[in-house]
Amino acid sequence: MSTDTVGSDGEDNAPAPMVRPSWFADIGRIAAVVAVTYAFFIILGLLAGLNVNYMMSFLERITFYGAVFAMGALALNLHWGYTGMFNIGVIGFMGVGVYAMSFVTASPDASPAGLGLPIPVGILVGFLAACLAGLVIALPALRVRADYFAIITLGFSEIVRLLVLSGSLRTLPGGYGTGGGSGISAPRTDSVVPWLQSKPVTGEIVDSIIWAGINLGGVPDSVMENYIYTGILIGVVILIFLLLTRIAYSPFGRVLKAIREDELAARSLGKRTDRAKVVVFVLGCGLMGLAGMLWLGRRTLVNPNNVRPIWTFYIFVALIVGGAGSNTGSVIGGFVFAAFVYDGPRYLQRVIESFYEVQAPPTIADAFVSSNPMAVIDYLVNSMDEIRYIILGVVLIVLMIKRPQGLLGHRKEIAAAVDLSRHDTSRGGANTTDESGTTGSSGGESDE
Amino acid sequence: MSSADSPDVEAQRGDAESVDEDASVRSVDDAVLNVSNLHKHFGGIVAVDDTSFSVERGSITGLIGPNGAGKSTTFNCITGVYEPEEGSVTFDGTDITGWEPHQVANQGLVRTFQIARELPEMTVLENMMLAPKDQLGEHLWRSVLPGARGAVVEQERELREQAWETLEFFEIDHLAEEYAMNLSGGQRKLLDLARALQTDPEMLMLDEPMAGVNPTLEEKILDRIHALREDGYTFLIVEHDMDLIMEHCEHVIVMHQGGVLDEGTPEAIQSNEQVIEAYLGGEV
Repeated sequence: MSTDTVGSDGEDNAPAPMVRPSWFADIGRIAAVVAVTYAFFIILGLLAGLNVNYMMSFLERITFYGAVFAMGALALNLHWGYTGMFNIGVIGFMGVGVYAMSFVTASPDASPAGLGLPIPVGILVGFLAACLAGLVIALPALRVRADYFAIITLGFSEIVRLLVLSGSLRTLPGGYGTGGGSGISAPRTDSVVPWLQSKPVTGEIVDSIIWAGINLGGVPDSVMENYIYTGILIGVVILIFLLLTRIAYSPFGRVLKAIREDELAARSLGKRTDRAKVVVFVLGCGLMGLAGMLWLGRRTLVNPNNVRPIWTFYIFVALIVGGAGSNTGSVIGGFVFAAFVYDGPRYLQRVIESFYEVQAPPTIADAFVSSNPMAVIDYLVNSMDEIRYIILGVVLIVLMIKRPQGLLGHRKEIAAAVDLSRHDTSRGGANTTDESGTTGSSGGESDE
Repeated sequence: MSSADSPDVEAQRGDAESVDEDASVRSVDDAVLNVSNLHKHFGGIVAVDDTSFSVERGSITGLIGPNGAGKSTTFNCITGVYEPEEGSVTFDGTDITGWEPHQVANQGLVRTFQIARELPEMTVLENMMLAPKDQLGEHLWRSVLPGARGAVVEQERELREQAWETLEFFEIDHLAEEYAMNLSGGQRKLLDLARALQTDPEMLMLDEPMAGVNPTLEEKILDRIHALREDGYTFLIVEHDMDLIMEHCEHVIVMHQGGVLDEGTPEAIQSNEQVIEAYLGGEV
C-alpha cells in the first residue's frame, strides 16, 4: 500500500551513509556561531564608533550569559529534550544549589553566618544539594502523569523562592539563616581566579594570561579576572557538553529517548524506565544547580529575587531556539539567546544612540501627540530594556510557527555508541567517515 | 546475553521439540503460559471474570471474542500493564502475577500492541537497538566512564549485526534509517514484531497483528510467524478475522463477557453453537 511512498524514499536513503554528527565537528560548529556573532557585534560597534572597552565588556557579558544559558539549556535538554520530562522548575534547582553553596562558603562572622569553607567545597555541596532536591522531587513526582509532573516542579521552584524569602527562616539559632529578602552575602565565585593564582601550576598560567592582558592589550587587572572566569565557565560548558553527548550516543540515551517517545512501549520491551528517569532527573538537577552557582555566585549576594520563575522561562526559550533534543542546539541556543535577545537590544540601543540624538518623550502617550514624527521610535529605543520582553515573545511566536524544532532540532542524532550503518558494505563505511568530516566544515548550512 | 536471538540460532531450539504435527491434542503439562481465575474490574464494569486458560509451548494459539469480551484486558493483566485483582499468571514455571511490564518482558514474555507502538521520532534502527535485554550501556556509568565504554561499544557492534539481520528477515531493512513515524501502518506492525523479537523472547503475545494490514503484508507477517514457530517460539494472538484464526491457529480460546466461553481446535470451535451465537453472528 504505502510501501511505495516510503519505500522509494528509503531506497534512496539506503545506500547513503548515515550522518553521524561527531562531537568534534559540533564544537567547531558552536565556535563558528560564536565567532560570527562576535564579528557581527564588533562590526556594528566599529561602524557606530562605540567605545572599545564597552564593546569588550559587552562581548564578555554575552559570553558569560551565553555560557550560563547554555549550561541551563543542556541540563534542561537532558530532562525535556531527551527524556520528555517537562521540568518547569529549573530555577528552583538552581536556587537550591546557589543557596547551599552560599551557606557553605559565607563568612562565619557575616549576617547571616555561613560555614566559611573554600569555594570548591561549596560548589560540591551545592551540586549534591541540587541532586538531593531532585531525588526528593523525583520519587513522588515521577509517579504522576506528565502534566502533573510539570505542576509539581513549578510548585517546587516557588516553594524554594518563598522559603528563602520567608521571615521565619531569616535568622535561625547560631546566626545562620537565609537572610530573608536581603539574601546571603557569599564570597564571589570569581575569587576562584585568585584561588587559582595561589596554586603552583595554575597560578603561573593565570598570572601569565593576566600579564599578557595588561601589557599587550592594556586591559586592567580586574577585567582580566572577569575574562578568565568566563573562560572557566566555557570550560565547564564544554565538559557538560561532552558528558551529555556521551550519554546521548549510548544505550542509556536510547532508553531516555524511548521514554520520551512511548514509555509503556519501552517498559514492554523490558526497560527499567523508572530507574532511568530517577537517575537522569537527579543528574539534570545537579547540573542545573551547578549552572546556578556559576551564574549567581559571581555576585557577592544571593537573594530571592534571583530565583524568580522568569529564569526557567529564559532557559526554555534558549533551548527552544537551539532545538530540544540536540546538545549542540542547546549550547548554540543558549548563546544566541544571550547575545540577541537577552543582552543584544541594549547594545543596539547604544548603536542607534550613537547615530543620532534620541529625544524620548516621558510616556508613550506623549510620543503619539508629539509634533516630532520620530517621537514614537525614540520612545521605543529609549525603553529597549522593556522592549526586550516583546522581542522575546515575538521570537518565540515566529519560531513556533516557522521552525518549531529550533535551529538544530530536526537533525538525526542516532542514539547509539557506534555507527549503525550496515557494516559489511565497505563503501558505506568509507563514506561515513567522509561525511563526519564534511559536517564540520559546512557547518553553517544546516543551521539555517 | 549472546547473539542467541538471531532467527538462525533459534532453529536449534525448534529441532529439539518438533512434535507439533499432533498439535490439536493438548497436553496441559507442556503449557508455557498458565492463566487461572483471573479477575479484573474497572469501576462497575467487570472486564475479566474468572478467566483460565493455558498456552502450549511452541503453538500458535488464537484468542478471539466479540468487542468488550476482555481480550485486551487479559493481555494487559498478563503483561503487567494492569494488576489483576484475583487469580494468577504463571509463565514457564514462574509465578509472574502482578509483575511490572519490564519484569515480564525480561522473563521472556513479550507483547505487541493493538495499535503499533513504534517510537516515532527514533529511526527504525534505533527502535531495533533499544530492544535487546541486559545491555551493558543501559547503566549510566558504563556509558559515560572512559574505561567502561569499550565493552559497551563492543556490544553495540554485535547488536547492530543482529538488528540488521532481523530487519532483513522482515524485509524492512530498506527502511532502517527512516524515522519510525514515516512508516506505513503495516510496516509499523512489522517493526513492532521485529523489535519484540530482538528481546530474545520465549513467547510472543500479539494483539491484533493484522489490524489495518493489507492482504499482501498480512501474508508476509503470517509467513514470518510460521517460520518463527518452526524455530520454537510460542505465539498467543488476538485476532478478529475468523478465517485467519481458523486457518493458522492450532488451538483457539473464545472469550465472552470477561470469561472463557470455549476452547479447542478450530473445527470444534466452529461447531459450538454458543460460540456461533456469541461471536460468529448468531445464525445457527
